[in-house]
Amino acid sequence: MDNLIKSWVWLLGFTLITFVSIAGCSKGQSNVEKGNKHGILHWGNGTDPQELDPHIVTGVPEHHILSALLEGLVAKDPKTLQPIPAVAEEWSISADKKTYIFKIRKSALWSNGDSLTAHDFVWSWWRALQPKLGNQYAYMLFPIENSEGFARGEITDFSRVGVKALSDDVLEVKLSNPTPYFLQLLDHYSMFPVHKKTIEKFGKAHERGTLWTRPGNFVGNGPFILKEWHLFRSIVVEKNINYWDEKKVNLNGIKFHPIENVTTEERMFRMGQLHKTASVPIDKVKTYRQNNPNLIKIHPYLGSYFYRFNTKIPHLNDKRVRKALAMSINRQQLTDRVTKGGETPAYTFTPPGTLGYSARDAFEFNPKMARNLMSEAGYPNGDGFPVTELLYNTSEGHRKIAVAIQQMWKKNLGINIILSNQDWKVYLDSVNNGNYAIARAGWIGDYVDPNTFLNMWVTDGGNNRTGWSDPYYDDLISKQAPVSLDKFDRYTIMAKAEAVLLESMPIIPIYIYNSKSLVHPSVKGIHPNILNYVLYKNIRLDNTLIEKEMD
Amino acid sequence: MFYFILNRLIQSIPVLIIVITATFFLVRAAPGGPFSAEKNVPPEVVKALEAQYNLDQPIWQQYTSYINDLLHGQFGPSFRYPGRTVNELIEAGLPVTAELALYAMLLAVFIGVSSGVYAGLKPNSIHDYLPMSFSMIGICVPSFLMGPLMVLFFGIYMQWLPISGWGSTPGDKILPTLTLGLGYAAFISRLSRGGILEVMSKDYIRTARAKGLPARVIVFKHALRGGLIPVVAFLGPAFAGLLSGSFVVETIFQIPGLGRFYVQAAFNRDYTMILGTTIFFSTLIIMFNLLSDIISVWLDPKLRDQYRHNK
Repeated sequence: MDNLIKSWVWLLGFTLITFVSIAGCSKGQSNVEKGNKHGILHWGNGTDPQELDPHIVTGVPEHHILSALLEGLVAKDPKTLQPIPAVAEEWSISADKKTYIFKIRKSALWSNGDSLTAHDFVWSWWRALQPKLGNQYAYMLFPIENSEGFARGEITDFSRVGVKALSDDVLEVKLSNPTPYFLQLLDHYSMFPVHKKTIEKFGKAHERGTLWTRPGNFVGNGPFILKEWHLFRSIVVEKNINYWDEKKVNLNGIKFHPIENVTTEERMFRMGQLHKTASVPIDKVKTYRQNNPNLIKIHPYLGSYFYRFNTKIPHLNDKRVRKALAMSINRQQLTDRVTKGGETPAYTFTPPGTLGYSARDAFEFNPKMARNLMSEAGYPNGDGFPVTELLYNTSEGHRKIAVAIQQMWKKNLGINIILSNQDWKVYLDSVNNGNYAIARAGWIGDYVDPNTFLNMWVTDGGNNRTGWSDPYYDDLISKQAPVSLDKFDRYTIMAKAEAVLLESMPIIPIYIYNSKSLVHPSVKGIHPNILNYVLYKNIRLDNTLIEKEMD
Repeated sequence: MFYFILNRLIQSIPVLIIVITATFFLVRAAPGGPFSAEKNVPPEVVKALEAQYNLDQPIWQQYTSYINDLLHGQFGPSFRYPGRTVNELIEAGLPVTAELALYAMLLAVFIGVSSGVYAGLKPNSIHDYLPMSFSMIGICVPSFLMGPLMVLFFGIYMQWLPISGWGSTPGDKILPTLTLGLGYAAFISRLSRGGILEVMSKDYIRTARAKGLPARVIVFKHALRGGLIPVVAFLGPAFAGLLSGSFVVETIFQIPGLGRFYVQAAFNRDYTMILGTTIFFSTLIIMFNLLSDIISVWLDPKLRDQYRHNK
């Protein structure tokens, strides 16, 4: 019997030795070291892209990859977010600010060497607006005259839509209203050009999910071309030698790593597998800020975390109640002790600093005034206030915030709130159908302009979902602001509208999102901005840095 | 034996039909559709999308055309990944998950059986208590704790092993295999200890001893065969469980396997993907159960006789 024991011990020992020896072999160079040597950026990209068709996709990971593969008429300066020339070398805007003339540069080529012309944009935008394609971001093109009607199928003649190729290198775009943020939209992926011949080779223009987006098939016009796509492992892009600004592209390639788990991502960063992460686990923020402040990047983001009220519910239809609820949340405490990621407490709905627009704080944390408002509304010390449900989509982060707010309302107003969480899709269904009392929400702006935050609250707007409606507000947003020619006049109208919104408070702003990431010190050329916008051709890897800086 | 297998295969057909039908209608009954999103999707876009995926047809028609596709081996296009079919996604994830499950299973059987038999041969001594305490820990510590702990120790402090990936750096398969395998090893260890304990008190073992056979022969030739029947019965479902339940380990170690689809498809209301993975896993579970039953019958003379008389 002892033999058996001995052999077992032997086997265990053998396994352990094999282990350690394999382990010894595995100590090679890290991705970061190899990447710095060969000019390959290792980018943590959240999830695997759903698709790489710019007229179908909707997410941030897709956006990152597509901005490497394609380029719009205009790009943005990552420091100032002001438009800079891209496919269009210059443009002019008419006096009524409704006609744009873009001059397409002669050196603009597709990655297969075909020349890129104004006609490509006309065809691409025609495709993006195809009703049958089901493009969820088609509305980004709606400032263009008659485009909305075309996308809805009310207009079938595309020549009535305000985009025309005057020649191979001149594109004319007519807008329905002066839209000061129109140039910004041009580098959203829904407005990127796509290669007609390639798409038609693999299927019909309005067909979803054809094989044109696979490596080897994909023809783009961006600084990089699609080299490899290993499902759920990585996407590799490499420098496009046909790109017009090829000389300015510093990187030889980018490897996008789809890592959904933020903890895993952080560990990979620590082991030198990534140059940049998509996020930072909340419980690591403090440690990094204290020990490695040079690695963690935190800056405000164009997004608002807020709660919606269902104004169809009788006791929530009283704006005094809504204001009292808004004023009794201690946001500073919430961001300091609960969310802990350096978020900015919000007293407006539009994040501050959106290209010169800043709304005035509409309220403050004032429990005493909140109690008075509740008394006026007939609920002194919370007496008689119906038990109200606060709904959020299942997530530990949302739960913590909801619990804290529940306590603050209990303490400051004496009211009872019950918490309820639902799976994401069920929650969306409930909020869409008005089956809620108070619901957690988040909104990320599509472009840097108050309009992307304010036009959602117009009567029966698809994203309103509160049942709130105010004719004066509708007039400001839908009639006055769009025709205003002067930037500051327009901002004044917007600010007036935001004041109306927050005076009535169908929503309560809680905090402004921020973006958090870990960036290896060898990565140069990424600038913090409110859109988290990156211009890949500007990024370079500094090879002189030694690994010591990481410790 | 042939009739036994045939019989079981025929029984599995109605099971599969029920699984398919129930899943098909349940996913459609769940609130929230595959195309709902935080940003409102305009009705005309929803309509276009539903038309592309035949969701605008009456539900019975959707069902029959789905069954028709299924009979041709097609699970249909994924809603979440417009350019991919469910078949393609399963094909991409399966080899990785199967490899991981196989390694984990081999590890679990090796550690589990050896420690279980060892403990079972010297019951109620230190040789029994020590491995059994370890196995108790193994059963109690979930993989979402075990994984990060091992990563922390072997990967980050000792820097012996890579902490993520599958087949991209040498040695990156070790930690996931250990994480997934050790829990099962603990379970198998308890099962084999129990099996051996029971068998060792049987008459035929006493006979073997009386004949003066060496201990090794008694254990390996006579005791193991009967003692491991509970382990074998456990292995079939366990392997199917490893395949469908590797989600946690795949997430911790960033492994591009199949486990994640199963969970995420449900969250995304990716109807075809939910159906595809459910059908796929149901088939696997049926197959592995059958396989472990066959081995049990082969190992256990009593069962063998039973089937011989029943046929």
